[in-house]
Amino acid sequence: MSAIASSVEIDCKGLNCPLPILKTKKAIDGMQSGEVLKMMATDPGSVSDMASWANRTGNEVVEHEEAAGTHTFYIKKK
Amino acid sequence: MAETKKLAIIASQGTLDWAYPPFILASTAAAMDMEAVVFFTFYGLPLLKKEIDAKVAPHTNPAMPMKMPFGSPGFQAFNWPVPNIISGNMPGFDNMATSLMKETFKKKGVATIEQLREMCQESGVRFIACQMTMEVFGFSKEEFIDGVEYGGAATFLEYAADADISLFV
Repeated sequence: MSAIASSVEIDCKGLNCPLPILKTKKAIDGMQSGEVLKMMATDPGSVSDMASWANRTGNEVVEHEEAAGTHTFYIKKK
Repeated sequence: MAETKKLAIIASQGTLDWAYPPFILASTAAAMDMEAVVFFTFYGLPLLKKEIDAKVAPHTNPAMPMKMPFGSPGFQAFNWPVPNIISGNMPGFDNMATSLMKETFKKKGVATIEQLREMCQESGVRFIACQMTMEVFGFSKEEFIDGVEYGGAATFLEYAADADISLFV
């Protein structure tokens, strides 16, 4: 379990490209700078895609963990 | 981040499979803080209709896997060898293949074309309909969703001249 506190949580399990990215963006848009979003996804492609998305948008994936096929990302809004 | 990147796409195909790339790329570009324009021309134009009726035609695409979206994992993995004489001549074959593909997409958590199109519009992606194709194929603006711009090659190229990514789909 991660100790990172998140203010918003979204569940993208079972969704495929590009939905996890689109939903992450939507959630981030509604948050304040510095807040952390917790996003869960089962799409294996989301690992590379989240990194690329963060790279371009300037938001930061502070932690990524994987357990039983579920990827959990903690994303800090820039 | 430096200046806003721009994506320009020409959507020229209206089958269910080819309808996906323009909407996936444009919505994702918007989610990555890019500007995106999709220019719909020729067979891509019906993708702007209020009711999208995109289908797949397996006999035109030998690379398309013919798999079932139900049954045991082994059954689902089996690629059915359907001869062209059947896929091209049997009435209703395209409709059946279309239903199977839609069911597979749904099961795999892939958004529908309608959902992706809506998400594009929500995030500010611009849609431009080719005026010439509308005249040629006899489409009217009333058949299309709201928020569509109308223009021609010059309208697209004016934007594409400054685009960082230009794609023809």
